[in-house]
Amino acid sequence: MTRILSISLNTFRETLREKLLYNLLIFALLMIGSSILLSRLTLGDANRLILDLGLASINLFGVIIAIFVGIGLVSKEIDKKTIYTIVSKPVPRYEFLLGKYLGLCITLLVNAGIMVAGLLVVLHVMDVPIELVLFKSLLLIFMELLVITAVALLFSTFTSSTLSAIFSLAIYVIGHLSADLKTFGEKLDAISRGIANALYYLMPNLERFNLKGHVIHRLDIGMTDMALIICYGLAYTTLLLLTAAIIFQRRDFQ
Amino acid sequence: MDLRSEQAVHIDRLRKVFRVGFWGRRVTAVDDLSLTVHRGEVFGFLGPNGAGKTTTLKILMGLIYPSSGTAWIMDRPIGDIHVKHQIGFLPESPYFYDYLTGEEFLRFYGQLFGLHGAALAARIDYLLQLVGLPHVRTLQLRKFSKGMLQRIGIAQALINDPHLVVLDEPMSGLDPVGRKEVRDLILRLKEEGKTIFFSSHILHDAELLCDRVSILVKGRIVAMGSVKDLVGHASASSVEVVVEGLGEEGVAHIQPMVERITAQGGRTLFVLKGQGQLNGVLDVIRAAKTTLISVTPHQSSLEDLFMKEVHEQGARSES
Repeated sequence: MTRILSISLNTFRETLREKLLYNLLIFALLMIGSSILLSRLTLGDANRLILDLGLASINLFGVIIAIFVGIGLVSKEIDKKTIYTIVSKPVPRYEFLLGKYLGLCITLLVNAGIMVAGLLVVLHVMDVPIELVLFKSLLLIFMELLVITAVALLFSTFTSSTLSAIFSLAIYVIGHLSADLKTFGEKLDAISRGIANALYYLMPNLERFNLKGHVIHRLDIGMTDMALIICYGLAYTTLLLLTAAIIFQRRDFQ
Repeated sequence: MDLRSEQAVHIDRLRKVFRVGFWGRRVTAVDDLSLTVHRGEVFGFLGPNGAGKTTTLKILMGLIYPSSGTAWIMDRPIGDIHVKHQIGFLPESPYFYDYLTGEEFLRFYGQLFGLHGAALAARIDYLLQLVGLPHVRTLQLRKFSKGMLQRIGIAQALINDPHLVVLDEPMSGLDPVGRKEVRDLILRLKEEGKTIFFSSHILHDAELLCDRVSILVKGRIVAMGSVKDLVGHASASSVEVVVEGLGEEGVAHIQPMVERITAQGGRTLFVLKGQGQLNGVLDVIRAAKTTLISVTPHQSSLEDLFMKEVHEQGARSES
């Protein structure tokens, strides 16, 4: 465990040196802040716009950080050959992978924390009521980030950074449209429906983590539903990490 | 793991085939390689670039998997996590986490071995002193020179006080002073009873350091043994004699006894095939009452053997 922790802290330190991270963070905060301005130009429910824009920013920038920092995590270690010194130490390969994953999760947690703080400040300034469902929504956004990070990590164990980025973004988009995939399949013949259904179950159903509608319409969500969604996210993440570990265990570092 | 084992490394018929390019063309990097490194010896793994040295070391370190064959480190199969506690490894032209400072860097690797607290701090102090870098404790690795990186790399390989130290090209890219320092360090480790297995293409260093060497060409071992034996086998040593003011008559006397004669500015150089003719040549020189400038026995070096083996292999594969 100390080994995994050392590697994740080292990864966290590494990501803090990433300039991209700060640019994204500043941009996200600007976007959250801009909702103050935009709400003045809006007719109707200004609160709704602030909440919607704020949550969407946190989600979007979180995903971008997860993907663009995540894809480099392992492939950079292989390219720069730093992995040689780790694997030759008594560190099982899966521990290395897990350490890298946790390191990025810490980075995401810190970043998300800063963005959430920004959002809360805006909500406070604009006198928008802050409800419990907002925090539930934020928790699920973070759960989604954990899944996306695992996707990026999985790809980065066997392809280049560029391909990993493309694949991870594709999975993110498909993951949010997977319900459509099922609806689409129902209109097709048996074989195509089978394929569409298989894809539906194989791809992460990322819409499940989206509670923006609930927040805006002030609808609470039950604890059982929350627990189920979180279990789904954790199970999916575990599966991704397991696959990544199996691939990583077998590969040669040339 | 048997720490009393006489064999630090034992490689048996190791073979590695890489698939390269789109069509997966097969390239054999290491071919039927067997060797044994005994405990406490300095073993040089020599060969030209691309001979398969790094591939072999990477297999030993569990970075790549062999296509066939096996290897043991201290009687444990490679890849065994326990055996890695006893190994220190310096990769070729190492790249490190350049955002870490010298101390953070060593601390990180120490933690991977489960070291912590005062014991780790003391070990870091000792190693920074050992590799001559006590002043870089708070300097980021990105500001290190190549020689300094190589030395901190050796320090990270020693963080766990290993029994076996594996160094991939430890002298490459270093200036003469740096190479001397690395050589001294290796000798010091040998004095501490460690086994050192290092690859190199700098033969002079190997000649000075190694108890035994093996020469690898195109993935195959072409020569193995102690430097003395190998060089002795390679060719008999020749002797060079230089004299001043020897007349044509004297030269004519000596001619049948030597291999080659070169005259320049009143001095004449004779190259003798071996020690045997030396007395005869000196008799002629004494009789002619000329000045003897020098007598130099010319030892054939590891380099001569290396060039010969590489050349022969090249010719064999072309024919």
